[in-house]
Amino acid sequence: MSTPLEAPKKKDPQKRSTVPTLPPLGRSRAALGLTVAAAEGRFALQHCAECGTVQYPPRDACGHCLSCDLVWRDTETGGVVIAETRIHASPDPYFRERLPWRMGTVKLDAGPIALAHLHGDVARGDRVRLALHLDKAAQGVIVALPVERTDAMEDDPLMRSLTAHPRHRRVLITDARAPVTLPLIQALQKAGAAHVFVGEAESWRRWPGRDAIAALENVSIMPLDVTDADSLQSLAGEIGGKTDILVNTARFVRPGGVLGSDTVFARDEMEVNVLGLMRLAQAFGPSMAARTADGANSAAAFVNILSAHALSPDPAFGAFAASQAAARSLSQTLRAEFHQSGLRMMNVYVGPIDDEWHQPLPPPKVAPQALARSIVEGLVEGREEVFCGDVARDLAERWRHDPGILERELTGGGA
Amino acid sequence: MNRRAYDGAVLTAPVTIPYQRYSQETAHWWIARGLRAVLDRAGMSPRELDGFSVSSFSLFPDTPVGLTQHLGLTIRYLDTIPMGGASGVAAARRAARAVQAGDVDVVACVAGDANRIDSFRRLLSSFSRFSMDAVYPYGYGGPNANFALLTDAYMAEYGATREDFGRIAVAQRDNALRYPHALMKKPLTMEQYLAARPVADPVALFDCVMPCAGAEAFLVMREDEAERRGLAFARLDGTIERHNAFPDDPIQLRGGWAMDVDELYAMADCGPDDIDLLQTYDDYPVISMMQMEDLGFCAKGEGPAFVRAHDLTVTGDFPHNTSGGQLSVGQAGAAGGYLGLVEALRQVTGEAGPTQVEGAGRALVSGFGMINYDRGVCSAAAIISGVTS
Amino acid sequence: MSVLTDMATALASGAVRVVDLTHRLDPDFPVIVLPPEFGQCARFRMEEVSAYDHRGPAWKWHNLTLNEHTGTHFDAPVHWISGRDVPNGAVDEIAPENFIGPVVVIDCSQGAAENEDFELTPAVIEAWEAEHGTIPEGAWVLMRTDWSKREPIDYLNMREDGPHSPGPTPEAIQALLARGIRGFGTETVGTDAGQGAHYTPPYPAHYFLHGAGRFGLQCLANLDQLPPTGALLIAAPLKIKGGTGSPLRVLALVPGDRS
Repeated sequence: MSTPLEAPKKKDPQKRSTVPTLPPLGRSRAALGLTVAAAEGRFALQHCAECGTVQYPPRDACGHCLSCDLVWRDTETGGVVIAETRIHASPDPYFRERLPWRMGTVKLDAGPIALAHLHGDVARGDRVRLALHLDKAAQGVIVALPVERTDAMEDDPLMRSLTAHPRHRRVLITDARAPVTLPLIQALQKAGAAHVFVGEAESWRRWPGRDAIAALENVSIMPLDVTDADSLQSLAGEIGGKTDILVNTARFVRPGGVLGSDTVFARDEMEVNVLGLMRLAQAFGPSMAARTADGANSAAAFVNILSAHALSPDPAFGAFAASQAAARSLSQTLRAEFHQSGLRMMNVYVGPIDDEWHQPLPPPKVAPQALARSIVEGLVEGREEVFCGDVARDLAERWRHDPGILERELTGGGA
Repeated sequence: MNRRAYDGAVLTAPVTIPYQRYSQETAHWWIARGLRAVLDRAGMSPRELDGFSVSSFSLFPDTPVGLTQHLGLTIRYLDTIPMGGASGVAAARRAARAVQAGDVDVVACVAGDANRIDSFRRLLSSFSRFSMDAVYPYGYGGPNANFALLTDAYMAEYGATREDFGRIAVAQRDNALRYPHALMKKPLTMEQYLAARPVADPVALFDCVMPCAGAEAFLVMREDEAERRGLAFARLDGTIERHNAFPDDPIQLRGGWAMDVDELYAMADCGPDDIDLLQTYDDYPVISMMQMEDLGFCAKGEGPAFVRAHDLTVTGDFPHNTSGGQLSVGQAGAAGGYLGLVEALRQVTGEAGPTQVEGAGRALVSGFGMINYDRGVCSAAAIISGVTS
Repeated sequence: MSVLTDMATALASGAVRVVDLTHRLDPDFPVIVLPPEFGQCARFRMEEVSAYDHRGPAWKWHNLTLNEHTGTHFDAPVHWISGRDVPNGAVDEIAPENFIGPVVVIDCSQGAAENEDFELTPAVIEAWEAEHGTIPEGAWVLMRTDWSKREPIDYLNMREDGPHSPGPTPEAIQALLARGIRGFGTETVGTDAGQGAHYTPPYPAHYFLHGAGRFGLQCLANLDQLPPTGALLIAAPLKIKGGTGSPLRVLALVPGDRS
């Protein structure tokens, strides 16, 4: 079993915060397939479309039949550790700070040999479950995990470096009024979050549910309005240095296409969903990015919730979908900017949420509780692309397969 | 089909440019010194040279093509051997064929590398695509970690102990004390070996080579040319070379030699018992032990017993890595792939001086190179026999 | 011109005092909240364009975002459907003399303190007139409730059944219009009561005032510093083309201590 992670002590104010370093960042184009799969929490390897050989490390041609038709497919996760080592010396600054480092050789049931990070609870001879995780450089790496859950396995230092687990971390949720916020607070606390700050815009407006949140322990409601840079700056000045995970639940959505709708709602959608994200990132991003190596409660993730229609619009929510596509694009730039620090930019794609704005829509709709679970699971697993609910998963799958066909299907061309 | 002998082509003029732990000089400088020294030994001017074979990791942005202009060589045979520890044997066998065929008269085979502070880390970072994609991100232990895994698996499979590997390292240090160019000049005891600080379990400090700068060189020419110049030389009795052997072995417990060893001895018309000394590629003791097995000196898995049963020093019953090997001399980049062959040439031509093995007539030199991902990809071996003038 | 000279002298001497009836434009100041499927009043937002920095080395300035009806603001007749055909009903069309005029203040602060849905009724108006005389024609009538002193959350006072704040009944507005007033102003977020949607017609102050070509002022402050009668109000909206209203600085001239 892993040693349970103790709650961090208060920081010595005379000590310099550790400057984040990254593990090796460079990858070939082919190897980026691992990163894509890791971001989504899938264990996918290259398969030869002609002969079926499973390949690792990633290649540009099949090592069995020389076909160049290689596809990334989810792959069976079993394997056996056939050799292990504990590295005591490394020229790399990131690993030097973390020595000794365990890794091993794993024979995959699927065929290939993988050098992999070893979870503390596995050793040579053990059967293991392989997983792809994003490392601090936001590149996909293979991890050999115990087949069965072991005690406190997520507290293993390796896992802490590969995930954004809420345990002992302080979380800021940006919109107290969002339906997902209360279940999200509860799920984060269950996962061990130390404190949850909840942003409240327009505190001059009473709203139901405030008392329920205000009554929770280790939860503070703070003034925050993503459309108001001043409020963000003030709050960042107050809690920016202790925000380890930020979950942006602020969202403005109105139904309607483009021709029949005015631009006032569209502007609000852009203000909240796009520029709000940008303002949040500007206010909180730099201080979070500076604290990604700050011990057990280091800054870990910036989470944004997107409609799955960020990928391809639902014409019934035309301007909203445009705001989601814009927000997705911004998040991708932010991801690139955060990656230099090891801060994770997690996008949670969700189908229609069971809220007032999707009330007339038929099921399936995503319950706020389910969205909350997906967010926490994404943090626990350290993902960057999370698809919550059947609609989002299905849409993403179709989008990956053929964005053109998906567009035609969604815009009325499909049978 | 029976392979043709290398009749008429010989190896001569072994040269070592003394190694330095760190040096501000470039690979060009080290290679120039190696080339100059090898030509001096043969009494040749650079204008007479018509063949050049180069191995180096640190020439960037140049290649050996750039070196011809840089060094003022007008040649008709140019080769670059990027096989790391297998480079020496590979360079020799290619050059010998070219000389034998009359494509070239004399080939200067030179390996050399620079070692500035931090250049090892930089070399690693651009070593191979599989390393970049699938090795460095996992702790960045470099070759130490790779060989730690092989050693771990070998120990688990065959019951080898750290002490068994220590016998190889300690014997080589003993040899190095005689060798003037070794960087490691302190005696090494088994106690010190076992107590060394861990590097990547089960590999510890004295299982690892020390990266350094240096150069090694020799000439390949027609036998009559060597005689004309009054040079002691060695004949190439047999060679093998193999890349990416046994790809389905889950972990490398044997090298390419195991595929080709019968052919090696058949070509040389001898057997393991006829070998007077062995030069293995020793970036880690486990790989030397594997070569002893794969080259037929003992059965697979009997390496530990073999090293327990033999004295591996210059004066022992099984002289092995008589200069001290890379473990005690240092690893000067690609020159590490020449070290064994150059020393073997000195041995079989009676020019080894303080490390000379008595009655050394025939040597087996083996090379191993390039951890591309999880194992060394290149293997090569040669049997040479000396002819003294 | 002697009257203006006298005025200048009175201002300089303190015989006439200027009272600012305006709230600060602040991103966190409440605005009217409608059911969410309706278009909403934009909150006041400032976006820094430069601050003596690389975006403009020697100067600081902001872009503003706001609604015509954000903060202390003026309602023009065209704001309401009843006033859409009123001639010169937009802020840029209103003759400037309308922006300065006499003002009376009906103090409802005690009633509002006791009842957040306090209604200004004809009876209240009549009681006021009994004390202060008939409301003069052309006067601004301001309803003092001390609402401007409330905490932000109690200002809009939103509950599950909507906002609760004092305001006039339809009859009261009609009574004021019968007296020929210039306009009607409040301290609350609108000229109508928080529950004004439930009158017939809904939002009677907006409906009747603007239908009659009269003006509204809302989100006023410092009404407690005005005398019931005898003050002069200056309320000039921005000259916005076709504008239905405008944030503005509302000033009152009142007799000073040395008057």
